[in-house]
Amino acid sequence: MTTDIDATAGKYLRDKYAIIGVGETTYTRGSGMTTRALGTWAIKNAMDDAGIPASEIDGMMSYSGNDSTASPMLAGDLGIRLNFYMDVQGGGSSSEALIGLAIGAIEAGMCETVVVFRSMNGYSQVRIGGTGARASVPVGGDALHSAAYGWFSAGQNFSPTFMRHMYDYGTTPEQVAMVKVIHSEHASNNPKAYYKQRVTVEDVVNSRMICKPLHLLDCCVETDNATALIVTSVDKAYDYANTPARILGVAGRVCKPRIDMHFQHGPISTVAGYYIKDLIYRNAGLGPQDIQCTGAYDAFTFTSMLQLEDYGFCEKGEGGDYVSSGIMRLGGERPNNTSGGHLCEGYTHGMNMIIENVRQLRGQVDDYCPVDGNGNKQHTFNYAEPSAGGGCRQVPDVEITQNLGWAMPGTGSSLIMRKG
Amino acid sequence: MPQGDYLGMTLTVLDLDQENLAYFQHCADHDFHLQQCANEDCGLIRYPPGTACPWCSGREFNWVPVDARGTVHSYGEVHHAIQPAFRERAPYMILLVELDTQSGVPTEHEALRVAGNLVDADGNFATPDLVKQVGIGSRMRIVFADVADGLALPHWTLDEDGEQPDAPWRYPQEVNGV
Ligand SMILES: [Zn+2]
Repeated sequence: MTTDIDATAGKYLRDKYAIIGVGETTYTRGSGMTTRALGTWAIKNAMDDAGIPASEIDGMMSYSGNDSTASPMLAGDLGIRLNFYMDVQGGGSSSEALIGLAIGAIEAGMCETVVVFRSMNGYSQVRIGGTGARASVPVGGDALHSAAYGWFSAGQNFSPTFMRHMYDYGTTPEQVAMVKVIHSEHASNNPKAYYKQRVTVEDVVNSRMICKPLHLLDCCVETDNATALIVTSVDKAYDYANTPARILGVAGRVCKPRIDMHFQHGPISTVAGYYIKDLIYRNAGLGPQDIQCTGAYDAFTFTSMLQLEDYGFCEKGEGGDYVSSGIMRLGGERPNNTSGGHLCEGYTHGMNMIIENVRQLRGQVDDYCPVDGNGNKQHTFNYAEPSAGGGCRQVPDVEITQNLGWAMPGTGSSLIMRKG
Repeated sequence: MPQGDYLGMTLTVLDLDQENLAYFQHCADHDFHLQQCANEDCGLIRYPPGTACPWCSGREFNWVPVDARGTVHSYGEVHHAIQPAFRERAPYMILLVELDTQSGVPTEHEALRVAGNLVDADGNFATPDLVKQVGIGSRMRIVFADVADGLALPHWTLDEDGEQPDAPWRYPQEVNGV
């Protein structure tokens, strides 16, 4: 799959950085606290997970859409003295991009260990769909060619891409619905998931139409939450509590041509993953056939499918077959979003899918399996619902995972990790 | 500064925004124009308005009249509207109409794909029955919705003179009859 470039050479950073700690808050609708408080809780949970004191963290990064609290507030609250921080604009696909930038900041000698966080009251304060305050902002500039047409929310913006894929390849609503069905199975074994109820294809295609081709159950669940992870060099990574998740490759905010309005440059049913794959697999030194567990961003059922297809997990146009085949179910060949993802666990702009893959690589996914005297999960690998004697969602012997981050059809990011 | 209320939104074209000022003035004149690159080796037309040429980076351009007819390339059909004034008009269609002009140029999958809502010949938002008649492949012509002096929005209506497909491609599932 890869090329004649030796990405293990000194100037490349393959396998030289790792995620050592992860943490999050509860996924709620009505957190009852500020994004500052939420973010502080998530970061402290990640610090406790790694067993790292505030004195050994000196970098912090976050992203938001003017709906969060910036790094200096949270660092101050937690007694972290910063040598570097950066808070950027962005939503989906920022998580992977910021991990890459954190590596760059460390490599440049600007700092040594970086917290990346996302804190959002995505239900109770600023909703992604753009209701409330966002709907009353005057429309000017670029938005005169989109929002003025009631073409505004993520689902509305993406719908021509999704529709054209159905036209070009005969993808059916029932095939795509399987993404939600499978993620709901995974969520039923996730104590943290906001929606734990398993659903059927019929439930999805009979749910209320939001914006064709998206039914209500094709859309993710807006929640209040904060998420955090800690990046450091492999030199230090083994000093802490967990088996590190080592970073093999990262790609950040890769774009299709004409990203000002990507529909001008077809095929419009092709997404940014088509371009990302050439970067990420070269950098990581492997190909999609080597990936054992994916985290394909599921803002909508369609976004997982389109990305898996364009990254090369199946032939172009066969995404509908791929997602409905059972491959991405727990127990299948390559499970996807084993936490239930955005469709079921909660909406975090991709952070929760990275956290999940870190835990998968440790073999310590937080499911309903028993814990032994040392605090380690004793996984049963029974993926039935807890009430049916199952409750596990650990993938056996998982060594390599990939996150497929999505901002919009024309922009995405990716992260490949291995068990340390 | 062209500004007006439209479906509960305030639409504004800033005086500094020269490209959009010219674009929407032509729309207000009901005479569709786009920017054509002035580089004689290029000469490509672009949409939406921009500050340079996406193919040659040239900054010089001319506004040229463009025949605003084309084919629906894809669409979204909104049943759960967000903006209040759109709720009364749901279901409404967001169309991407591929103009005949410069279709498949300069490469196979590139084209001028112009956004707009589906309206009737008089410019009113489409009825649910009209929505069901339009899909990928439908032939469309432009219609302008006047908003203010110097500001009208382009929309799309079925082209009465165009050769319509027997059955344009529509999303295969109707839920609760819509
Ligand atoms: Zn040019």
